[in-house]
Amino acid sequence: MENKDALDLLTGQIAKFVGLVGKRLPDDVTAKLKELSEGEEMPMAKMIYESMEKNQRAAEELNRPSCQDTGLIQMFVRVGTKFPYIDSLKPVLKDAVFIATKEAPLRHNTVETFDEVNTGTNVGTDSPWLYWDIIPNSDKLELDVYMAGGGCSLPGQGKTLMPGEGYEGVVKVVLDLMTSYGLNACPPLLVGVGIGTSIDSAAFMAKKALMRPVGSHNSNPKAADLEDELTKAIDSIGLGPQGLRGTKSVMGVNIVNSARHPSVISCAVNIGCWSHRRGTITFNSDLSYESSTHKGVEL
Amino acid sequence: MKKILTTPISDEDLKDIKIGDVIYLNGHIVTCRDVAHRRLIELNRELPVDIKGGAIFHAGPIVRKVEGEEDKFEMVSIGPTTSMRMEKFEKEFIEQTGVKLIVGKGGMGANTEAGCKENKAIHCVFPAGCAVLAATCVEEIEDAQWRDLGMPETLWVCRVKEFGPLIVSIDAEGNNIFEQNKVEFNKRKDAALEGLYPKVKYIK
Repeated sequence: MENKDALDLLTGQIAKFVGLVGKRLPDDVTAKLKELSEGEEMPMAKMIYESMEKNQRAAEELNRPSCQDTGLIQMFVRVGTKFPYIDSLKPVLKDAVFIATKEAPLRHNTVETFDEVNTGTNVGTDSPWLYWDIIPNSDKLELDVYMAGGGCSLPGQGKTLMPGEGYEGVVKVVLDLMTSYGLNACPPLLVGVGIGTSIDSAAFMAKKALMRPVGSHNSNPKAADLEDELTKAIDSIGLGPQGLRGTKSVMGVNIVNSARHPSVISCAVNIGCWSHRRGTITFNSDLSYESSTHKGVEL
Repeated sequence: MKKILTTPISDEDLKDIKIGDVIYLNGHIVTCRDVAHRRLIELNRELPVDIKGGAIFHAGPIVRKVEGEEDKFEMVSIGPTTSMRMEKFEKEFIEQTGVKLIVGKGGMGANTEAGCKENKAIHCVFPAGCAVLAATCVEEIEDAQWRDLGMPETLWVCRVKEFGPLIVSIDAEGNNIFEQNKVEFNKRKDAALEGLYPKVKYIK
């Protein structure tokens, strides 16, 4: 395949995948919502879960974005050093979002700051927002596509604590957020928590935590235990779907952590709404692909 | 039986509606969010659509041009956005426009409660994220104003049929389901924190 043809193919496939992420929730989220719906006891909450199920079916049938807020697109890019299209990847990703905006269609969600003008294309200064990582000796491209909507971006907060405030301070930051901003951010939520050495790294890890599947656990047993404890604690508040009360509050809590400076403990929270539109796709060097979040997908 | 409101809505229509009720809407609803509120209240610009006795939707939809027709749009996907962002403007907005039904997501605060009570209006929640469900209740987009604001912020005038479910969160007496829930949520949160603190003493 000529290089230009290959780049066009890759761009087109990623554009289609971005569109798909807006229309069909990842398998893990769909399964969790079903479980929560079946376990719900309150009539109002049950009615809301039914509306959600009906909506996802309608989105699939009518081939439309299931939520109108298709977000400002963020991507976590893990590219193998031997992936043949590594040099062209940044423009490819931008073009893919541009194309998806027309074809899916996506809502126009890129507003240039200071000029305060909507570009109308979902492409702008550092939009889509990209996080890069390299995989040594690999010829693959792994891509997480995330639609960061306004409702679930609004609660995002972080705080750098003194060690004296400890992890007690961390859990308070998380729970306070649930009853202030969280209940308006379309529960049941996926709560991403980052714990580390500075506000920027904590915020990054909190978003990275949202890329982990619902129900997965941190590899550190203490952190994994805290994920479960926080889930139980937030569930006991009983936010329910839409924050209108229910048996549970969250799809889960995911923690990502790093080492910290002895003088500080930074924590940050990023929220995923029930309509958690995240997709992971892996391209091989011949551009064949597979998605771990949308099994069996054909673009 | 479904409780259905029809625009124009009168004070009388809202009299027996209480927080927690589920209602539906026939008639017209206009999308109206951040910048439209700011233009009316802070910049004193007149709203280009008459919504007296009408309904607004805190929403920024995805619309598509209808192929082959001049200036005609189709509703693809529309759902509520966070209502709390409009809280600082909503009381004056209700006073100035005479709007009777505000649809959005999540709760609103004391300002909107007062606006609803004094001017007889209600705030309802449409289950957020259910944007295809809402779009299929829109029969036609009849008008579009302030298009300079871009797709999400344009005032899209929608004719709707049995638009809902709409869960009443503030009624015309100023009762607020979210504020009532918050009191209970905060009590439970404090109890949950007391339970968590002893379990997180990792720094020893």
